[in-house]
Amino acid sequence: MDYVKLINCMRCGMCLPACPTYKETFLETASPRGRVALIRKLQEGELDQSERLLEYLSLCLDCQACASACPCGVNAGELVAEFTCERKSDAGLSYMEDLIMRKLVPHPDRLESSMVPMRMYQKTGLQKLVRKLGVLKMFPKQLERMEGLLPTLPDRPLRQEIREVTPAIGPERGTVGFFLGCVMSLIFSDASRATIKLLSSLGYKVITPKNQVCCGAPNMLGGDFAGLKEAAHTNIDIFADYDVDFIVTDCGGCGAELKKYGHHLDGYEAAENFSAKVRDISQVLAMHADELHAKLKPLPLKVTYHDPCHIAHCQGIRKEPRDLLKLVPVLEYRELESADACCGSAGTYNIERPEMADRILKRKLDTIRSSGANVLVTSNPGCLLQLKKGLADHLPDVKIMHLTEVLARSMDGFDK
Amino acid sequence: MESSFIKELQAIVGELYTLSDRESLAVYGYDSTPEIESLPGAVLLPGTADEVARIMRLCHGAGVTVTPRGSGTNLSGGSLSAGGVVVQTSRLNRLLEIDEENLTATMEPGLITSALHREVESRGLFYPPDPGSMNISTMGGNVAENSGGLRGLKYGVTADYVMGLETVLADGDLLRSGGKVVKDVAGYSLNPLLVSSEGTLGFFTGITVKLIPKPQGKITMLAHFPVLQDAALAVSAIIAAKVIPATLEFLDKVTIKCVEDYAHVGLPLDVDAVLLIEVDGHPVVIAEEAAAVAEICKKHRCSFFQTAKDADEALKLAAARRTALSALARLKPTTILEDATVPRSCIAAMLQIIQASAKKYNVTIGTFGHAGDGNLHPTCLTDERDQDEIKRAHAAFAEIFDAAISMGGTITGEHGVGLAKKKYLPKLVGESGIRVMRGIKQAFDPKGILNPGKIF
Repeated sequence: MDYVKLINCMRCGMCLPACPTYKETFLETASPRGRVALIRKLQEGELDQSERLLEYLSLCLDCQACASACPCGVNAGELVAEFTCERKSDAGLSYMEDLIMRKLVPHPDRLESSMVPMRMYQKTGLQKLVRKLGVLKMFPKQLERMEGLLPTLPDRPLRQEIREVTPAIGPERGTVGFFLGCVMSLIFSDASRATIKLLSSLGYKVITPKNQVCCGAPNMLGGDFAGLKEAAHTNIDIFADYDVDFIVTDCGGCGAELKKYGHHLDGYEAAENFSAKVRDISQVLAMHADELHAKLKPLPLKVTYHDPCHIAHCQGIRKEPRDLLKLVPVLEYRELESADACCGSAGTYNIERPEMADRILKRKLDTIRSSGANVLVTSNPGCLLQLKKGLADHLPDVKIMHLTEVLARSMDGFDK
Repeated sequence: MESSFIKELQAIVGELYTLSDRESLAVYGYDSTPEIESLPGAVLLPGTADEVARIMRLCHGAGVTVTPRGSGTNLSGGSLSAGGVVVQTSRLNRLLEIDEENLTATMEPGLITSALHREVESRGLFYPPDPGSMNISTMGGNVAENSGGLRGLKYGVTADYVMGLETVLADGDLLRSGGKVVKDVAGYSLNPLLVSSEGTLGFFTGITVKLIPKPQGKITMLAHFPVLQDAALAVSAIIAAKVIPATLEFLDKVTIKCVEDYAHVGLPLDVDAVLLIEVDGHPVVIAEEAAAVAEICKKHRCSFFQTAKDADEALKLAAARRTALSALARLKPTTILEDATVPRSCIAAMLQIIQASAKKYNVTIGTFGHAGDGNLHPTCLTDERDQDEIKRAHAAFAEIFDAAISMGGTITGEHGVGLAKKKYLPKLVGESGIRVMRGIKQAFDPKGILNPGKIF
């Protein structure tokens, strides 16, 4: 790790009030400033790589709210992630990690097949039975949690259903490549369907290459930097075959990772070109706000917006989603307090660190409650999973929707 | 620290809030002060004032030192401990009362300064002190350091607002001083002694501050000056014209560039200095004051004068100034920030001396600060790995402090003496000053267990 990045932290403490885990604990070890200091002291030899040190670092959500708050340009969240990635890659992948990150995640068809039993489990009514009988209590807590987070799955993953080329409606304005995130395809296929519909309605030909693979974010989390690079090369090559104006995604996590391909494959021009074309869906839609506005019909909803960390902190996109929601006639937009504070999902954090994730989620739910909204909008699958479950348990009257679902619904009209 | 003693501490605050592992101690070995680190023996996060008193009693009996700490944003090493117990106030963060009849607010020491601002302002009231770190600094720390901020010129500093204190003394006994009364001449005035005592006289567990009505209006202005001296002279001229702005902040060229790189608020990159000026009060009065400020700036050859068009733009400009210190830190890894303060009529001369010292010792110094109250922040941008440059930086600052003292100023306007400025204090206050201060310390803390090694 680059030592200069570590000593750039001047310990001013501006990151402390932005950090979800510091706000919960008030512990310096649970603060961005403290994490940078721990890694620095480890490098300087003042501390050893103890279990406790790793435990402290693992409390980081990597939400990067600290990076938004840091005036000297230190990204503590990213430094912790890089440190973890380097350490794990030194240690080598475990059997399970190898299985998941090398043999499952990079292969969409295998990933999709792995979900079949889960779909059967829901469809056959087995899920209801299992929940009723409390069978899950017999299994490790993590499994029970994972099961609880999973919403009803679509009949088929979107990747299998979608056409490779969706033509523009009306005069063609340009061509976009659609990067279909794994979780969006497997679980939130309605939202991605809405994304494609919005793009084609605005005159874009939408190309969704069927052979695209996972963006590689899970590899980075798991310390499999080689796997991440492999995924990047595959996706760069695939999209290079098409002449597209933008590469669009409606998954905040994928967008943040795709935009970093240029950084990961430093010096590789094709990677830089690829990353330069990547756009979050809100960025593309906001370019055509007037045209979109003309197509929207009234939606009598009270809506608030939760900024996904991967969109607000990692990509710096805050204005576009709000502006788009405000285009919808009759829709009442209400700003959420601390809208860009993490919801506690943070990849697999909510499964690995349930206690802290729940405390962070509770804060988020409290702000949603006091916003008075009846629809919560966000645009990242991790947040959707976490908040859907949180709302179902504590605020059942509040629905959750992806940004593109709201816009597509407004385009269709409320009655449909 | 002996494990049997740690067990006794645990019995008071609980295991969860007693930290003694190597990793925790390492990260409580610093605050925001560059170059100084010191390992404590244990860190405690008490949840009640009673726990604080019990900690003090236990440590007093055992001869173990206690250092109070808020969020650890101290800039003079004041929240560091060498082997003693650090007591972090963050969990004692309740705002206990806002008394709208007496115009006071009462709180625990761990309350974040900006949280107090939000609460009182939502009721049309105002607590003016606003140190640069107000989004994370604690009220206990503000009182202990007598924090200033951007509004010091018109509204004064923390000391001007502290009305009552509840202080746990070194032996664990409780001292109440002041309260909600405006007039109180019963015995020595202890509050002014305790304010800015840097944790060496007592541990605050309760604070009552004065509130004032929130000003009805505010106008924020920005003036660009191609020549540094013109900006300094404009500052003196504004005050001489009997306009007291709430904020009169100065940024030099180095600082402007760093702030603009970070905040993108449209600061000019081709001028020597900008002044950020805010007047607040009754709309009719501030309109007149703003006009006077504009005229004075133009008379002093400002190349551009901007009035913020709305609250949003004003907030952006003020927020940009607030990030000056951290934004400067982008340029080089190590940032040594000072707060030499002079009578405001000497601002122009002081700026000249800072520039001359920077040149003489070949170091980069960016200067920003509260020009209106004479409190400047010359900030040296350096690299801790370059020991030669660090030495030169300290030599430059020694010269700057000497100059400040000779102008009738002080070595620290708002950061405190702590560990960082100890060696300069005798020069400023003389032998008699040190003797009196030692006598006061002796009266409050004869065993010397409260934040030892700080100030003198």
